[in-house]
Amino acid sequence: MKTSANENQQLNPESPVVIIGSGLAGWSTAREFRKLNTTAQIVMITADEGDFYAKPALSNALAQKKEAQQLITTPAEKMSSTMNVTMVQNTLVTQIDATTQEVETSEGRFKYSKLILATGARAIRLQMNGDAVDEVVSVNSLSDYTKLREKLFHGARVLIIGAGLIGCEFANDLVEGGYEVHVVDPNTSPLISLLPEAASTKLQSALSAIGVKWNFGTSVKAIDYDDKKGLKATFANGESICVDVVLSAVGLRAETDIAQNSGAKCDRGVIVNSHLETSVAHIYALGDNTQYSSESLSGGATRTLPYVMPIMNAAKALAQTLNGNPTEVVFPVMPVVIKTPAFPVLIAPPSPGTNGSWREIEDGIWNNLDQEEKIQGFLLIGSKTTQRSEQLKRMGQVR
Amino acid sequence: MNNSTFKTYICIVCGFLYDEAVGRPEDNIAPGTKWADIPEEWACPECGVAKSDFEVVEI
Repeated sequence: MKTSANENQQLNPESPVVIIGSGLAGWSTAREFRKLNTTAQIVMITADEGDFYAKPALSNALAQKKEAQQLITTPAEKMSSTMNVTMVQNTLVTQIDATTQEVETSEGRFKYSKLILATGARAIRLQMNGDAVDEVVSVNSLSDYTKLREKLFHGARVLIIGAGLIGCEFANDLVEGGYEVHVVDPNTSPLISLLPEAASTKLQSALSAIGVKWNFGTSVKAIDYDDKKGLKATFANGESICVDVVLSAVGLRAETDIAQNSGAKCDRGVIVNSHLETSVAHIYALGDNTQYSSESLSGGATRTLPYVMPIMNAAKALAQTLNGNPTEVVFPVMPVVIKTPAFPVLIAPPSPGTNGSWREIEDGIWNNLDQEEKIQGFLLIGSKTTQRSEQLKRMGQVR
Repeated sequence: MNNSTFKTYICIVCGFLYDEAVGRPEDNIAPGTKWADIPEEWACPECGVAKSDFEVVEI
């Protein structure tokens, strides 16, 4: 995190800091800003209740039969009172006027001194045919999780579309919960975009061993109601299977509608500079909706960053900036834990375009090495997942 | 030192609990290790966020 002391901007005491979105990005910004500033008014506008919950648990709480309510770490009411945040709940933003610095919502207009877009992302849905396409669920929020829980009766058969990180986590979790799990993916093995082939194959074997059934090299063409009270999934290769629940886990797309409405430039996400400011003055963005600057990504091209660690880093820098101390976010190497207990994986993927190759340097420890033998990423498997700090140190990343 | 002096810390992101009494032997953190004595570069074993993103659990 770099800090520059010039261009000190005082918050306009007349208008609050307004945050749109109450997910991890919205709440983390509020929390970090409050640590620095106890007086400025914060208004949070959210489309749902605003309860703070453990999002990573959405894909590993089913086996424990947890209710959505149990995933709520802190209810909105307590969050807002401890952080002194004015909540505007169950409210949709209809328009942003960047010239008057106002947000228009179904509950009225709100002036802002600084506006934070923390709108997250929505689940991507692949084009499918059939009369039961509407039965397909994706899980990207607490209410989605509730929907999935309602559909999962004892011993239900589940088809997961997508063998990526979330698909694999769900597969492992659902098997442990006693469900019959099928996975379909056009690739040849799970998580192949992230893992070296040998590790991907091992992950596949480990999940097969606990009961996951794979359908690789094909995709879902249609979902229809089955005569026998279930769903029939027809694959592009002509095969079909009957299941009770279809869960789509093919990735997320940044939610940029509101940003575009404000005039902020968007590409795969809301484009921000290294201070997390959009192309429109006084409007900032962070989280799953955001396409970060190449200046924040050492050696990497501008891109969106999934998962929780980028959000925590971004929120800390943004809080400083909002408090009148312009601060660039520079992301460290951010390892990701893949929650597949059958085959524990921790990976720090190399930046796109580094042209390294994976090598297993000892059992369970892989390094991604570039032409100069410099470590660009690492992968830890099984009991070796505890060696995160050692590997980060070897990469010269000491936090 | 008796058990009542041990505190528990929660990861604000994923809910992972660190109990000082139990420690985290998997990460070479012995039982009884105080929160303050855990290295700053230690991260949540579940979701990877920093030690500073933990809060003490109020009882």
